[in-house]
Amino acid sequence: MTSTTEATAVERPPARSTGRRRRRSGWATPYLFLAPYGVLFIGFILAPAIYGIWISLHDYNYLLPNQPWAGLNNYFDLFKSGSRDGADFWRSIRATAIFTVFSVPLLVVIPLAIAMLLNRKFPGRTFFRAVFFTPYVLGVAVVGVLFRFLLDPTIGMLNFYLEKLGFAGDYPWTTQVPWAWVGLVGMTVWWTLGFNAIIYLAGLQDISPELYEAAEVDGATAWDKFRNVTLPGLRPVLLFVLTLTLLASANMFGQSYLITKGAPENSTRTAIYYISQVGLQQYRQGVAAAMSYILALMLILISLLNFRLFREKEES
Amino acid sequence: MTSLAPGGATAATGPDPQEPARTAKPRKPGAKTPLGQVLFWLMLGVLSLIFLAPLLWMVSTSFKTPEASTSLELSWIPQPWDVSAYQTLFSAGSANPVLRWFFNSMFSAAVNAILIVAVDACAAYALARMDFPGKKLIFTTVITTIFLPSFVFLIPNFLIVSQLGWLDSLWAIIVPSAGGAFGVFFLRQFFSTLPKELEEAAIIDGANQWKIFIKVILPLSRPALSTLAVLSFLTNWNDFLWPVYVLFSPETQTLPSGLAKLQNAATVNYPIIMAGAVVASVPVIMIFIIAQRQVIESVSRSGLKG
Repeated sequence: MTSTTEATAVERPPARSTGRRRRRSGWATPYLFLAPYGVLFIGFILAPAIYGIWISLHDYNYLLPNQPWAGLNNYFDLFKSGSRDGADFWRSIRATAIFTVFSVPLLVVIPLAIAMLLNRKFPGRTFFRAVFFTPYVLGVAVVGVLFRFLLDPTIGMLNFYLEKLGFAGDYPWTTQVPWAWVGLVGMTVWWTLGFNAIIYLAGLQDISPELYEAAEVDGATAWDKFRNVTLPGLRPVLLFVLTLTLLASANMFGQSYLITKGAPENSTRTAIYYISQVGLQQYRQGVAAAMSYILALMLILISLLNFRLFREKEES
Repeated sequence: MTSLAPGGATAATGPDPQEPARTAKPRKPGAKTPLGQVLFWLMLGVLSLIFLAPLLWMVSTSFKTPEASTSLELSWIPQPWDVSAYQTLFSAGSANPVLRWFFNSMFSAAVNAILIVAVDACAAYALARMDFPGKKLIFTTVITTIFLPSFVFLIPNFLIVSQLGWLDSLWAIIVPSAGGAFGVFFLRQFFSTLPKELEEAAIIDGANQWKIFIKVILPLSRPALSTLAVLSFLTNWNDFLWPVYVLFSPETQTLPSGLAKLQNAATVNYPIIMAGAVVASVPVIMIFIIAQRQVIESVSRSGLKG
């Protein structure tokens, strides 16, 4: 590398400046700059991604002396009825799907409404922006233990105020479905709404005010402006919010772990929760790794579908 | 976070997204009518209340006696004020050494942030400002991993960490997350926007790459570096799933995993749990207040392409 650059630097005057720069540093310099990160990247990202596949092909149990080759059995077993983990795994996928189906629409629509509210000019805007964003900064552990308390059927604040409003009844937010789903989804909306609202807010501010002015000149109503200016202007942002929220929902763990502990009868135990139990508590890593790859594959397919649908809409 | 495309590079220094709106003419004449104004403030007020009430309740409960915290008649002002939850949490020799957890969290989040900024800045510099064989392949490989869902790494990283002897040690929560691709991508985008003339001038002065990196690039990139540090700190501080499974003993716990253990304890004591939650919230809220613009901007920029 060094020798060729020096040669060209002599032959071709225009390349002199780059040639001089390269002469100052050896061929190894860029690799030295990359090395520290490279070690971490290979050790904890690249190697694990491949190692995980290898684990999933073995009857891997961390506590046993040998991990016999299992081929694709870990995968096939999950699709067989009557297998040890199959039913539980699909039940956990179902829990994740239920959570996703109910939380994603709320987390796409409500933050948009809040962003439009915050997009006006009014005193204290920065303060209110912070109010809605603060829960998100807190992390699932804090928010989870807090809502376990607020949602408590007997001593929780929610049931207390519902009773004051005339909806008496000790609603079992933490122990029974469908109440538990309402609690988990509601808590998640409260917790993460600010994140999406901020993304929308930035998107709204990138829409040219002239478009609104032009619409006004044409006598457009507020709804017309929303449909014909705001929504089209937000399309890429909407796709981004939708994708991120879908991925976050599929990763749901802390809320179930802290609030319902999977109750009742594991019906709110999400996929990640179950995978972590099988792999990190029962130490059956082979099956758990297979499950995580099946889930990953499902997510990739959903994301692709998502992009495809959005693109088609844009073309039509 | 994945689409910090070219424009994203200006995340930290770019114009406040509020600015255009501030100078723009008011868009909605409807909002100017008194009725519209009242409705607007009413909605904002109710929503803010919904957002603030749980947090105020958390603080209020942490100052209550255990009996008062489970009273069926709700009261917002603790009667009597009781700081024993905090005393218990911070007392030495307690089964739940929150002070220790606090330092564990502080230490690991800070070291993790420093590690990420240091290694990512070096790598991003090479990828942004140097030409070398394999650059494209390396960059593509790194970026592709952004799209892998994080749970794919859960099982293999657990085994890797256990083989390294890091289970139940803070190394397990400091090191593995530093391999992530986001910071490299984020800093590379920023470094790429700096003018070429800067380093050319430095080369004429006889500086080598390391000197250019330290003396020219890093000082100019302070906003981007601190944004990455803040984001990394917050992420590490709040991480939950991983510490719950890799930290076992009370002395190695961090605040999030400690809180989960507190809640699973046989005798649930809400003032203590809420006090723990307050302790876990205060640093992130403080960082958020200080770095609010940076945090919000990097989040909002992440949603905009190009």
